[in-house]
Amino acid sequence: MRKIREGTVIDHIPAGRALAVLKILGISGEEGLRVAVVMNVESRKLGKKDIVKIENRHLRPEEVNKIALIAPTATINIVKDYDVVEKKRVELPSVIENILRCPNPTCITRKPREPIKPRFRVLSKNPLRLQCVYCGTILTAEDIVEQLIGG
Amino acid sequence: MSETKPDSISWLSRDVVSILDFSRSELEYLFDAATWMKRRLREGSVPRLLGGKVIALAFFEPSTRTRLSFETAAKRLGAETIGFTGEEAISVAKGENLADTIRMLDGYADAIVIRHRYEGAALYAAEVAEHPVINAGDGKQHHPTQAMLDLFTVKELFGAIDGLVYGVLGDLRYGRAASSFILALTLFKPRRVYLVSPPLLRARDEVLEKLREAGISYEETESLEEVLGELDVLYVTRIQRERFPDPSEYEKVKGSYRVTRRLLEERAKPELKVMHPLPRVDEISFDVDDTRYAAYFLQARNGVPVRMALLALIFGAWR
Repeated sequence: MRKIREGTVIDHIPAGRALAVLKILGISGEEGLRVAVVMNVESRKLGKKDIVKIENRHLRPEEVNKIALIAPTATINIVKDYDVVEKKRVELPSVIENILRCPNPTCITRKPREPIKPRFRVLSKNPLRLQCVYCGTILTAEDIVEQLIGG
Repeated sequence: MSETKPDSISWLSRDVVSILDFSRSELEYLFDAATWMKRRLREGSVPRLLGGKVIALAFFEPSTRTRLSFETAAKRLGAETIGFTGEEAISVAKGENLADTIRMLDGYADAIVIRHRYEGAALYAAEVAEHPVINAGDGKQHHPTQAMLDLFTVKELFGAIDGLVYGVLGDLRYGRAASSFILALTLFKPRRVYLVSPPLLRARDEVLEKLREAGISYEETESLEEVLGELDVLYVTRIQRERFPDPSEYEKVKGSYRVTRRLLEERAKPELKVMHPLPRVDEISFDVDDTRYAAYFLQARNGVPVRMALLALIFGAWR
């Protein structure tokens, strides 16, 4: 896998989730971005891992947070002129805002025409469990994966 | 630093969204105020502590006791009330959203009491409004002022909330009074809590989690008969037909338990007290009403002094 000049390398993605990471980032391939996906390669830390390289795109913080929900081990490398200028681990914020939908149909965040953003507090990172700030509904890692990746 | 604040200050201008927003000592302070209010009510000497205040009663869902006891509490203390019950009569019927309705009430009144069928509506209203918002029931989630008057009633009956064995019976899944009562117990030291319900109506995960976090000894069971003899307090709730997503599920569980005089006389300790947030359907038979077990009418009456105390503390009018 060759080095990229400008862009983002997402490393240490749990094996098999690279395509889901791309989906969450909204990258379908039709944008014309040059994207490299490596799956199930050996990793000292994880045993096996996936890697995604995206040329000419630097990830915004809210996108990084989204990835943390399904790839908590991921590292983000920002590459400029072939050099890694910034390397950060994805870090779940204590509150997840406006990314996930509350599954409870009578949660106030599901009420049409209210200027309200769904908000979840992180109950635990491992295993990942979130709780809706408004209605108390608890989301498990499986619920989150299902919502962000689909069944 | 909030622990060092005197409780009279910590109550000032507070939103009341969940019973878990409060500490044990704050609740005990509320109970002191409620005891004082109750005595003044009995003596007919309630001072107009809230003269000149306007309290909005925004009941988007039907209510009898909660609305009338808030209204009575406010009026006994000299406050005026404005408000509505049901959505048909107000602009919501024309398509107004909750945020706009709350902003309007916030402009008219000094505090807003809200009941709404959506979980989280009271927290949302509290975020929108500048004045204090009091949750009078948000969907199946919270009913903190009910829990306050429930615990006050237990304290009045037994002299303490700690050390008792509680049974919470009925709809623990959709019943907000039951959930709030269970959550309220996590602030105290009950000896044991039995959660008695059909499997479909078990307490929600987030409620059970709080019991575990608080280190409360609890057990879920389907059989009231098995645990009745151990109980000091039996808290009975109605099956919340209106909150069942699927009516056929309601049909499966309706009438699945019933507390009768005969059952109590056969199995209960003589000092057991039966509580119920009311209204009841058929879960407590009428022949229990005139027994020594029945505490639910006392409980309902306590709604007024406890809500008087709550309003007075929020407005900084009692210390």
